[in-house]
Order: sequence, then structure tokens, then C-alpha cells
Amino acid sequence: MSGLLWGALLFLLVNALACLTRVVLGPTLPDRIVAANVIGTKTVVVLVLLGVVLDQVIWLDVALVYGLLSFTISLVVGRLIETGRLPRLEKAP
Amino acid sequence: MITLAVNAVAALLIIAGCGFFLAGSIGLLRLPDFYCRLHATTKCDIVGAVFILAGVGLVSGAELDSVRIVALISLIAITSPTAGHALARAGWHAGYRPWTREDDDESE
Repeated sequence: MSGLLWGALLFLLVNALACLTRVVLGPTLPDRIVAANVIGTKTVVVLVLLGVVLDQVIWLDVALVYGLLSFTISLVVGRLIETGRLPRLEKAP
Repeated sequence: MITLAVNAVAALLIIAGCGFFLAGSIGLLRLPDFYCRLHATTKCDIVGAVFILAGVGLVSGAELDSVRIVALISLIAITSPTAGHALARAGWHAGYRPWTREDDDESE
């Protein structure tokens, strides 16, 4: 079973490298962000696979935090594309 | 006997998930514009990630790890479509227009 997990892990890493070419080549900013988003999802899965293969539960927590951060990055960059500036926190009244 | 069956199901899930990830990557590299690439990658990514995580959860068994893996599955199933929708909406409002056949004819 461990062999299959290592195989899936290597497969996902090669896949992520292929997506990295789209980050480099992508003609527009949204193309790059979509590719980076895809790499983020793959990274979460790779972290979980590593945690199970190496039998280290802490990697699962790392994957959870990484998933949340990647989601936040997508939202913030989406706002940047839409309005041309980064969102600001509301000032307290 | 039961562990063998569970392992077989887990292996099938993981291989299917890898297939979905491959399809998403091919779509990302081959399709013509931003909206098509988003269309290919969001769906394939969600399904692939959920399949692989479900397979890994089956392998690791009913321990405390499985709770975290279920949390990860629900996290991905909620946040990934939201991020895809936000990006598509942002691209549309920023003035990116979808690709049509005429775009190819003009560039030739």
C-alpha cells in the first residue's frame, strides 16, 4: 500500500511541475492565479499523503492551515484583479 | 479479507483521483483562455482531491487522523468552488472576455 501512496505522491509532484509552466507562461494575471490555485490544492493532497506515509500526524494540521491560506490568497488576488487595489480593513468608527 | 477489500477500494479511489488531477492539468495546459482553464481545473481538482483524501482516510483507518482528513475534505469541498467563483467573477469585472472562434481567426 505504501508503494501506491509514494507513486501517487510522485505523480502529483510531476503534475504540479507541469502546472508551474502555466504559471510562468500564462499570458494574463488570472491565468497565473488559476495555475497557482491548482498547485495549492495539489500541495494539500501531497502533504496529507506524506503525513500518512511517514506516519507523522502533524503534517495533516499543516495541510489544513495551508488549505485555508491558499483559499485566502485566491480571494485577495481576485479582489486585486477586480478593483486594481488590495482590500483594506474598515476603520473603526 | 475485510482489510483486503478496504485496501482495494482505497487503491481504486487514489488511482481515480490521480486520473482526475491529470485531466485537470491537461486542461490547464491545453485550453485557450482563462475561463476554459478555470472550468477544467476547479472541477477536476475538487473531485481528485476528495477521491484521494477519501482513499487515504480509508487506508489510515478509524483513528484520530480520520477526523482531520474529513475536516480537510469538507474544507476543500467548500473553499475550492468559492475561490473559483471569485476568480471568474473578478476576471469578468476586470474586462477579460471569453475566447471565441473569431479570436483565433483574427490572429491568423
